[in-house]
Amino acid sequence: MIVANKNKIKDMAENLSDSGPGRSLWKDARMRFMQNKAATLSLFVLLVIVAFSFIGSHFAVWSYERIDWNAVGSAAKVGMPSIETGHYFGTDDLGRDIYSRVIQGTQISLMVGILGATVAVVVGTLYGATSGYLGGRTDQIMMRIVDILMSIPYMFVLILLLVVFGRSIIMLFVGIGLLSWLDMSRIVRGQTLNLKNKEFIEAAQAIGVSDYKIIMRHIVPNLLGIVAVYATLLVPGIILAESFISFLGLGVQEPLTSWGALIKEGSNTIMYDTEWQLLFPLAFFVVSLFCFYFIGDGLRDALDPKGR
Amino acid sequence: MNHQLIKARDLHKYYAVKSGYLQPSKSLKALAGVSFDLYEGKTLAVVGESGCGKSTLARILTMIEEPTSGQLSIDGIDVAKTTEKSIKKQLRQTVQMVFQDPFGSLNPRQKIGNIIQEPLTINTNLSTNERHQKVLEMMELVGLRKEYFQRYPHMFSGGQRQRIAIARALILKPKVVVLDEPVSALDVSIQAQVINLLIELQQELGLAYIFISHDLNVVRHISDEVMVMYLGKPVEQGPSEAVFNTPQHPYTQALLSATPQAVVDGKRQRIKLTGELPSPIDPPSGCAFNPRCQYADKDCQIIEPVMELYGDSKVSCLAVAQQRIGQLKAS
Repeated sequence: MIVANKNKIKDMAENLSDSGPGRSLWKDARMRFMQNKAATLSLFVLLVIVAFSFIGSHFAVWSYERIDWNAVGSAAKVGMPSIETGHYFGTDDLGRDIYSRVIQGTQISLMVGILGATVAVVVGTLYGATSGYLGGRTDQIMMRIVDILMSIPYMFVLILLLVVFGRSIIMLFVGIGLLSWLDMSRIVRGQTLNLKNKEFIEAAQAIGVSDYKIIMRHIVPNLLGIVAVYATLLVPGIILAESFISFLGLGVQEPLTSWGALIKEGSNTIMYDTEWQLLFPLAFFVVSLFCFYFIGDGLRDALDPKGR
Repeated sequence: MNHQLIKARDLHKYYAVKSGYLQPSKSLKALAGVSFDLYEGKTLAVVGESGCGKSTLARILTMIEEPTSGQLSIDGIDVAKTTEKSIKKQLRQTVQMVFQDPFGSLNPRQKIGNIIQEPLTINTNLSTNERHQKVLEMMELVGLRKEYFQRYPHMFSGGQRQRIAIARALILKPKVVVLDEPVSALDVSIQAQVINLLIELQQELGLAYIFISHDLNVVRHISDEVMVMYLGKPVEQGPSEAVFNTPQHPYTQALLSATPQAVVDGKRQRIKLTGELPSPIDPPSGCAFNPRCQYADKDCQIIEPVMELYGDSKVSCLAVAQQRIGQLKAS
């Protein structure tokens, strides 16, 4: 009896692994990410900042367009941060509420950063994966195009674009998006070359999967780890670029504002004892950038297979 | 039972190798004249050192690559002459492949169920439910539990992964399965399980196997016919018993003498091959094996031997043709 059932028992033993539903690599990564305290805290802080930029305006006494005539010209004496006047973060020299303007600036800066990074990630990933997977002459031509675009001085072109086509957020997106996918495509291409020789790609070819579907279904999902890491590091880079352009006075235009524009205004008036005009936007800017970098770091540790 | 599934005649595959600017590109002769027939329900084993063109042969048979020259017919249809997509699709479904490394051959981001049903998604118009049903049937056939459908490859051991790979290869009901060293990455005990599974499936479904391996003990166990390859060319080809019991080509003899065997007579003659496998970019003149052959003489360096029938198997060797060597008993 026992001998007759030997094979069955053997099969049972082999199948006797932990039961329950599948645990994807993503879930594993999430668990590792949660163990990283700095990254988890940064994620929390960043979510608080994002939430603040949406909810915070409900608590504002002054809207970002309304001018407090009392504070005009005498911000140093009247416009300091106080709860009584409703200017929680003080006012600027034109009597505008810094609290409302920081909220608005946060929204715009984050939007520019995240949208810009999204465009860069989508374009860069598809371009790099296609180039790497197809290989040969196609790869050569596609990568030389990237090289040529990379050799163009980035800031110079961006400033020219804004001067020639007028200053607008859309132009800013186009300018930043046009150039920030280049690094992405190179990184993705390198990873794709690595993946391309894996046997599961060959298996897909033997099944008859088309090139397009191999890229979309087998290559891109396996790239997402490194893409996610790079994207979180790209967001602060783009925010910095936007801030720099705004600092030069070419970026976001009034009445809209951004962190860079606010910091610029604040730094212009720093000698008149109105340091709150600089410090509040600067604090949001610095904390958010720190958060993005820590999250990127945490993601890299969580998704890097070598760390396992 | 004697339906011919694969007919290969004089297959060649050259790869261009660039040696630098201004220098002519050389060609790497991965396959240099391979011919064989494969019949329904039979197993042809392809044996040889690494770099002898086994995997190139597999890639050509599964239509991942096209041969440089030579004729390949699958199920009576000449592959090179078909340009119609539907027929190519049908041929792809006829020949499927199981890969060597079960850790590399499954996409780590896909669930098991999706991996196994991908061939159906690409090649058939079945509904999601029908596909699901077929996958579950196939999983049961290869000995995987239904719960595994939702799991990811990294949760499985090598043996189970290879079962998944086999399920993926069989889901389209192919007639020929190319097994590229399917067990060499597995533990010995798991090897036996997978081999036995393969034999059971062959009997149940009437499959023909091309079994690529360098493990001669496994080959002996599973194959009906054996093809020994050296530097892209078959050197000996014949029924399994003939090749194993009375090996004729010096290379086959050396290979067989190198396999460990559980025989305690202590008098086995061990033939040691010296030197490296020559480069397939410029192979030695005459017989490709001559620099390493203990029977080689001047003729071997000049005359290229051809496959000829001696006894039960075909051999390409001048020494055999001129009866310079006696037959060597391997076991």
